[in-house]
Amino acid sequence: MTAVPRLFSILRQGPYLIASVHTALDDSQLVRFQEDLVHRIGADRARGVVIDVAALDVLDSFGSRTLRDVAEMARLRGAVTVIVGIQPDVAFAMVELGMDTGSVLTALDLEEGLVELDRCVAAPPVVPT
Amino acid sequence: MTRNEDPIVTTAPMDVTRLLDEDDLLPQLVAHLREHRTRLRQEWAARIQQAHLLQAMTAQEMAAETTLVYDNYVEVLETGSVEALQDYARDLSERIIPRGVETHEVVGIVLLLRDVLARSLFEKFQRDLPLLNRVLDAYEPAANRIANTVAVSFVDERERVIRQQQDSIRELSTPVLPVRERLLILPIIGVLDRERARQVTVQLLGGIRKHRAKVVVVDITGVPDVDESVANHLVRTVDASRLMGASVIITGLSPEIAQTLVTIGVDLSKMNTIGDLQGGLEEAERLLGYTVTRSENGAGGP
Repeated sequence: MTAVPRLFSILRQGPYLIASVHTALDDSQLVRFQEDLVHRIGADRARGVVIDVAALDVLDSFGSRTLRDVAEMARLRGAVTVIVGIQPDVAFAMVELGMDTGSVLTALDLEEGLVELDRCVAAPPVVPT
Repeated sequence: MTRNEDPIVTTAPMDVTRLLDEDDLLPQLVAHLREHRTRLRQEWAARIQQAHLLQAMTAQEMAAETTLVYDNYVEVLETGSVEALQDYARDLSERIIPRGVETHEVVGIVLLLRDVLARSLFEKFQRDLPLLNRVLDAYEPAANRIANTVAVSFVDERERVIRQQQDSIRELSTPVLPVRERLLILPIIGVLDRERARQVTVQLLGGIRKHRAKVVVVDITGVPDVDESVANHLVRTVDASRLMGASVIITGLSPEIAQTLVTIGVDLSKMNTIGDLQGGLEEAERLLGYTVTRSENGAGGP
């Protein structure tokens, strides 16, 4: 581990992981975030992940691709991912950047995200297409 | 002042009065205008009536305003500072624009005053043509500047009013209305251009956040036509709403818009569209898990 302070936190809540991004991450921090999260899913045997990006007011193409990749990796590790708290500007920017929004589950905020996870995990495994 | 050094003028012996300093001309002129204030102002008011200007004002208001304009006018001639006049002109515009006074009327009355005063100067100095020339040289730039200032102030004020109205129209034109908990409708009426489409996006995404909406019904019954870029913008807005956890239902696509969209090849496969607002609301209620039933004893009619 490097000496750079963590700009994100990954907390366990029952069968779910709650990953909050506290501030805009640069590319190397995004990679670290991705590695940590994918590792924790296995370690904590998580069934679902909520990624909270409410603190982000900008997101570049690498960032939005990383989010999508994390969701896909989590799925491969057996967890459903919901991205929550996307700000209006960020949402529009992600669409402009051509992110395929159909491939990731999203919800308004943390609370909604947990409801969404409950729905997906209780039901037979839902694979977002 | 190159005129004073002009050798041709000084060749002939001259009357002492002609050697008046340039600086003395304006005070002399101002004194003349002050002295004949009442007569000139009345003459001016008569000319305004003749020209059928400012008919929205009563005779009393006219008298008051013309006196004020006259005094301001002479003061600017005296001091050369247009700032006080600017303030007055702005104030006057604020008062008279709502009453339907047109730009040509305001410019017209100022030009009439300029004319009336120039004529009176002409009468006074006509026996001494070189002096008259110099008086007019001093008077005209100042008078032009005044006319310019008044016209610009008036137009500025007008534009400010127009901008204000545009802003309020823009805000009124895309209201976001909560109908039920977590359900919003956003009716769009009128031409949807790029600027307005951007406005709709801001209102829609902001509204989702503010009202924690899960479903938004966008009704475009009142939109006559859309072009390709606006249609694509709408599609992106719908996608962005999905990223924020809300689904969007578009209702009221007119036959023309439907044909246009298909012809220009906008990809609407991801859009949830329903014929009319009623159907859209029913679908939204279904998505949110509401069931609306009509009670037996409720709606009986009068």
